[in-house]
Amino acid sequence: MLDPVVLAAQGAGELQSGLTAVGRGIVYGGAAIGPGIGIGLVVGNAITAMARQPEAAGTVRTTMFLGIAFTEALALFGFVLSFIISG
Amino acid sequence: MILGIDFPPITHVTRWPDIWFADTPFAINKTVLIFIASVLVTFLFFFVAGRRRQLVPTGVQGLAESSVDFVRESIILETIGADGMGYLPFLITMFFFVFFINIFEIIPLVQFPGNARIAVPLFLALLVWFIFNIVGIKRQGFFGFLKSSVVPPGVPVVILPLLVFIEFISTFLVRPFSLAIRLFANMLAGHLILVTFAILSAAIWGSAVYFKIGAAFPFALLVALTAFEILVSALQAFIFTILTGVYIGLSMHPEH
Repeated sequence: MLDPVVLAAQGAGELQSGLTAVGRGIVYGGAAIGPGIGIGLVVGNAITAMARQPEAAGTVRTTMFLGIAFTEALALFGFVLSFIISG
Repeated sequence: MILGIDFPPITHVTRWPDIWFADTPFAINKTVLIFIASVLVTFLFFFVAGRRRQLVPTGVQGLAESSVDFVRESIILETIGADGMGYLPFLITMFFFVFFINIFEIIPLVQFPGNARIAVPLFLALLVWFIFNIVGIKRQGFFGFLKSSVVPPGVPVVILPLLVFIEFISTFLVRPFSLAIRLFANMLAGHLILVTFAILSAAIWGSAVYFKIGAAFPFALLVALTAFEILVSALQAFIFTILTGVYIGLSMHPEH
């Protein structure tokens, strides 16, 4: 009774929507790995810079937000793509 | 039973029914009303601030003057330079327009950031695209602007074709796209997070009596995230404005 072909024929729609949900999760999860590391590097180095040169903190903070914005865009592409994917 | 929470589909929390002129291209729903309200609030903010000018600013005038100072010091001087002061009205209007649209996320009874629909972010990004192209062509001439945009300085000739291709795509296609997506996706994500915790709180509160205490945790998180969304609203408006400044600055002063 647990023949995969029969199961697929019975619940094709459910299988498809289930796999779509899994695919969305994988897309967003994959897209978040790189930017996660990247934002960590950006902020970590910005904090180092601010600690070493507190008088330059304003400039460093502005540049840090810029760096975060550029890095974060990749994760957000994945976020949007995960909604675009449909079964 | 609290395990089976029925989360609404994404269209349910972002698409609003038409209020007036339904089924026409000019249909007005809550999102459009938020946009109109933001235009009016932006206009009124500067109108009231500039109406009765005092030497020592107070109230609205003080707020407007300090925000002008902020945009001038930390956006224009940092990205364009002293000769970019002509863009101050444009940049400050855009900052407040985007910020007011975003801040509707946390206004009670509205609680929807207009930028969670891509219309206005996309339009503003296209506007910025046209502006930095026109400024670049005006300042450097068409071929000069194209050269400074797609040819990075100090690169070996061997890998130049590849880099020109990459730079062309990144400057003229990815820039406006990422500008729009960044604002849109940030506000959509924030809205979805708030919706998630609100639904969770409501579902736990509606469950059996001895479970009600559990609603305190998602509700506390909901309050904290609402405060966080204020920060995100201002930050995204700031990032949108400063990136506009960076793009205009790159068009005016190309790297040598």
